[in-house]
Amino acid sequence: MHNLTLTELAEGLRGKQFSSVELTQSFLSRIRQHQDINAFITVSEESALQQAQAADQLLATGNAGPLAGIPIAQKDIFCTLGTKTSCGSKMLDNFTAPYDATVVDNFNRAGAVMLGKLNMDEFAMGSSNETSFYGPVRNPWDTSCVPGGSSGGSAAAIAARLSPAVTGTDTGGSIRQPAALCGITGLKPTYGRVSRYGMIAYASSLDQGGPMARSAEDAALLMQVMAGFDPKDSTSVDQAVPDYSAGLNDSLQGLKIGLPKQFFSAELDSQMAATIQAAVAEYQKLGAEVREVDMPNLELAIPAYYVIASAECSSNLSRYDGVRFGYRCRNPEDLTDLYTRSRGEAFGAEVKRRILMGTYALSAGYYDAYYLKAQQVRRLISDDFKRALSEVDVLMGPVTPSTAFRIGEKTSDPIQMYLEDIYTIAINLAGLPAMSIPAGFVDGKPVGLHVIGDYFSEAKLLNIGHRYQQVTDWHLQVPKGFE
Amino acid sequence: MSLTANDVKKIAHLARLGIAEQDVDHYAKDLSGILDLMTQMGQQDTAGVTPMAHPLDQMQRLREDIVTETDQREHFQAIAPQTEAGLYLVPKVID
Repeated sequence: MHNLTLTELAEGLRGKQFSSVELTQSFLSRIRQHQDINAFITVSEESALQQAQAADQLLATGNAGPLAGIPIAQKDIFCTLGTKTSCGSKMLDNFTAPYDATVVDNFNRAGAVMLGKLNMDEFAMGSSNETSFYGPVRNPWDTSCVPGGSSGGSAAAIAARLSPAVTGTDTGGSIRQPAALCGITGLKPTYGRVSRYGMIAYASSLDQGGPMARSAEDAALLMQVMAGFDPKDSTSVDQAVPDYSAGLNDSLQGLKIGLPKQFFSAELDSQMAATIQAAVAEYQKLGAEVREVDMPNLELAIPAYYVIASAECSSNLSRYDGVRFGYRCRNPEDLTDLYTRSRGEAFGAEVKRRILMGTYALSAGYYDAYYLKAQQVRRLISDDFKRALSEVDVLMGPVTPSTAFRIGEKTSDPIQMYLEDIYTIAINLAGLPAMSIPAGFVDGKPVGLHVIGDYFSEAKLLNIGHRYQQVTDWHLQVPKGFE
Repeated sequence: MSLTANDVKKIAHLARLGIAEQDVDHYAKDLSGILDLMTQMGQQDTAGVTPMAHPLDQMQRLREDIVTETDQREHFQAIAPQTEAGLYLVPKVID
């Protein structure tokens, strides 16, 4: 059952080939069997089986929602009523949210069964899942390697077939980079398309939740449940949600693909470049036209991102003060000691670096040089995309400069780790939708193809992914030991 | 641009973030490296460029000024480290 698509699972449930309880038990048993991957922080076995029983009853009446009885797992950044939400941090190790995130609520209403909460970099800050308080996640393709991050548990769970569907969030590449390194499909929607209500904030002007799955076809079904206006999120966009599955098979004849020349610079491994070029050639066979585009400001994306993201993080994370929820240090001497020690003891090194950096960038005398400058550079980068996307329909390139690296390889140098997101970060600054789809292997490890579209073009991106997956089988490959 | 151990202590105090004494030099080195990376933006001329605060340049949405939240104090305080009589307890602030 673990290799079936979401459509096949839905048909199997409706055709009574298996019940939701059987399906749920089957995935729970795979999760137990592959605990060494460390993809889950919490497995909610009891509530999952209750949800499955309820789904089976609904399915019997014929009034069930689109994902009724289908198991999913949530990144542990989405608040879940009654189940621990840690955000990968010691700070929230004792935290059970008093409400459900809108995304979680949407899945509940669609009848999905939540298997548990997925491991992630602490507060979504990291590109390897190594900053998690709960330890690193292992890449199912090579367990000595990282799965990417911050949605590392999400990507590994899909690759290892521990859940047929998962959610992720992407602030600077956190859906697409792990999707690429684990050989799965991940879509980062347009900023504002998926509600951020109940999604623990890291950098609010960049954070966006999205689906991660084995195929574009599956991702379309998840996107249908996740997308939509939410009055509880002040930056949610009030725009109609299209049918994401309707156009999956549309022809790509005449599709204009732009290849930003800055995406194919010297930093890109030559085998990676060849794999991406081969994928682009496949699109030419499907009728697409390809041209090079110039985006001169892309190289400033990393510095601009780390100023903006750190600044917003230092502000967002100021709420963790040991007073109303979360970790509190023992025997505080006074209020300042309570704040300082609670935060000092419960945040990990990467979170501390970003809080310090953000506090510095926002402090008196430095605001103009860093934060204001970064917001201006952000505009220049966004204008580059606007110009490019007025000439072509989509942009393509690599998601990462190389395949999955070894656990521990980049932990000693934060800047090396930041450069991991060199191709993904600019998209968040512009707020555009983008997707990673499996496009081949280098030395047995997956490579992701990056497809970037104009605002609210998620349906087009899924169409582009699906057509490629009709003529290739990279997305059907299963890591050894997880068949 | 480089930050000294004292700079790090000052910033950590602004952020009310405890940093162990033996880690201060390490943070100073890491943050100096990150600052060098950020300083690359300085080479770009941004005179007259409007800062971009939101990717879609949206206006802040307004809502009716009516009560939408119900009282959930007990529910919220159930996850607090220390409460008493409906209040959050912290160390004594004023003698």
